Amino acid sequence: MLKMENVSKIYRHRGQSVTALNGANAEIRDGDFVSIVGPSGSGKSTLLLMLGGMLSPSSGRVLLDGQSIYDLDANARAQLRKQKIGFVFQTFNLVPYLTALENVQVPLFLSKIDEKEQQTRAAALLERVGLGDRIHHKPSELSIGQQQRVALARMLANDPAVILADEPTGNLDPETSQQVIDFLENVNAEGRTIVMVTHDPRAAERAKRILRLDRGAIVSEKVGKNSRHVAA
Amino acid sequence: MKMRTLVLREIFERKSQLVTSFLAILLGITVIVSIKNITFYSEKAVAREMDSLGANVLILPKSSTLQDYYAADMQGETIPEEYVTRLAMSDLAGLDNLSPKLSMPVEVQGASFTLTGILPKSEFQAKAAWGGAGIFSRPVGCGASVGMMGSDDKKTLARKRVIDNLEDNEILVGADVGARLKVKEGDTLNLLGRTFHVTAILPQTGTVDDSRIFAHLHVVQDLSNKGPVISAIEVIGCCQEISKGLVSKINSLLPDAKVVTITQIADAQIRINRMMANLSLMFLVIIVFVGGASIANYMYANVFERRREIGTLMALGANSGLVLRIFLFKALILGVAGGIGGYVIGTILAVVLGPKLAGVVVLPMPLLALMAVGVSVALALVASYFPARRAARLDPCATFQEV
Repeated sequence: MLKMENVSKIYRHRGQSVTALNGANAEIRDGDFVSIVGPSGSGKSTLLLMLGGMLSPSSGRVLLDGQSIYDLDANARAQLRKQKIGFVFQTFNLVPYLTALENVQVPLFLSKIDEKEQQTRAAALLERVGLGDRIHHKPSELSIGQQQRVALARMLANDPAVILADEPTGNLDPETSQQVIDFLENVNAEGRTIVMVTHDPRAAERAKRILRLDRGAIVSEKVGKNSRHVAA
Repeated sequence: MKMRTLVLREIFERKSQLVTSFLAILLGITVIVSIKNITFYSEKAVAREMDSLGANVLILPKSSTLQDYYAADMQGETIPEEYVTRLAMSDLAGLDNLSPKLSMPVEVQGASFTLTGILPKSEFQAKAAWGGAGIFSRPVGCGASVGMMGSDDKKTLARKRVIDNLEDNEILVGADVGARLKVKEGDTLNLLGRTFHVTAILPQTGTVDDSRIFAHLHVVQDLSNKGPVISAIEVIGCCQEISKGLVSKINSLLPDAKVVTITQIADAQIRINRMMANLSLMFLVIIVFVGGASIANYMYANVFERRREIGTLMALGANSGLVLRIFLFKALILGVAGGIGGYVIGTILAVVLGPKLAGVVVLPMPLLALMAVGVSVALALVASYFPARRAARLDPCATFQEV
């Protein structure tokens, strides 16, 4: 379970303080699918980074399965991400000089999985996202939608329990967006927790819960279309 | 996938950016290898030349001059024979041959000659205290075929200044003396009331040695009634060691003697060798600054360009140690490639240009490959360390579009 306890984040820039998060509290149970919406600058991405152990809060605690993430050092947090968290980014963040297969192998390489096993698992994941015939293509040789599917396959490489998605449909056409959300729903149905930051109301609606952020605080919570699937 | 795959793919993907810094290190190593290679063979040639010229360092009594020595070293002043022991027992490098001498005038068949006492190599070895230390255990540094290695052929005295054995009743006769007295090998000659066997007639050298008769040092000491003294020690000093201050080292070991070099011969060679060494050092400094700055600059730019990729790796679970290793591994590849490439090109240049520039035949030196790769790798790693550390400390949040 992911939990935020009274979390605040204040950035200091050129002598001025900017409050990105202001005493945010949230509880995200295992198997939940949460959309985080709100205007630009409302603190959505800050919240996602904190949940991923990449941005320490100014105050408050972030817990993953009862462990206070920021009581761990940076390397231990990296280890935690490797074991439990999968990321998907708006701009995909694929490594440009690696093939689709190699990009999916990256998390497996970081987990020191045997090279043969890396290839087998990466190929299976690419097959699952419908890119079985594109495994040796570099990102520049793939369409935008295909690149995001490679990123989705990479996200699943280490079989993470929690998936953090930052605007996963932000750069995609409506049809491809639909496919990505379908994929996230499937992944959620396998029992994985998903936290998705999005500007897209239709994508947000597909979650089980929708949290609205405004000026660094969670101002409302709404039930999404998939609410019936929320784990007990 | 392995770290090697990740690093090599990136290098080949962005090879055009790497070219400048790779060329800087490659050219630097090439020049150093060429100079070192040519210098080595040039010094070897010099050493051979010095060997053929004979002694190049003289140890004389304090009040004697070089002119006295050339006038058959019969100046009358002497130094203790014990000085030879001091030199032989010392750890001075570059003393390849020692030849103590004592000279006195003799008259034979109405003509005046110089009787010179020399100490054969067997006498050095006979002194037990010298056996395990000093000159006999010291490696020959010049690369020339000298040293305390005598030869059964007594005629080597004319060139190497040292012979293996010389009995009390044996003499070696200089070319002019032999001609004047009409003696040949196997004849006997009466000197100061003692009969000696002529063991060898020395070949013509064009020096004062042609007018000498050589006998055992201790015999000459007896005949002259001067006791255990000598009038000079001839030394074949290693050319490089002379340039590194061998003379002053001998001076401090033997403060009561005068140490001189045959400067006309040694200085020119020493100057060339010094120039080569300085040139090599200069290029080393240039490569350290230019090559190092170029690599560091490239690496900083590379880290900046790849910050999103680094952040992504960190988001996926890479720790800072792995990021540091990725960049240092890249530097290692750059260093190894620059070192090997520099060695190969530098060696080819040295082999081709050596005969034209230095007038010597130059052969490849595998040992220089180790030096080339060592310098290149060390430089690449040091220059890349701070950029790599910056990469390892990057904020992974940079991967996200909005913070």
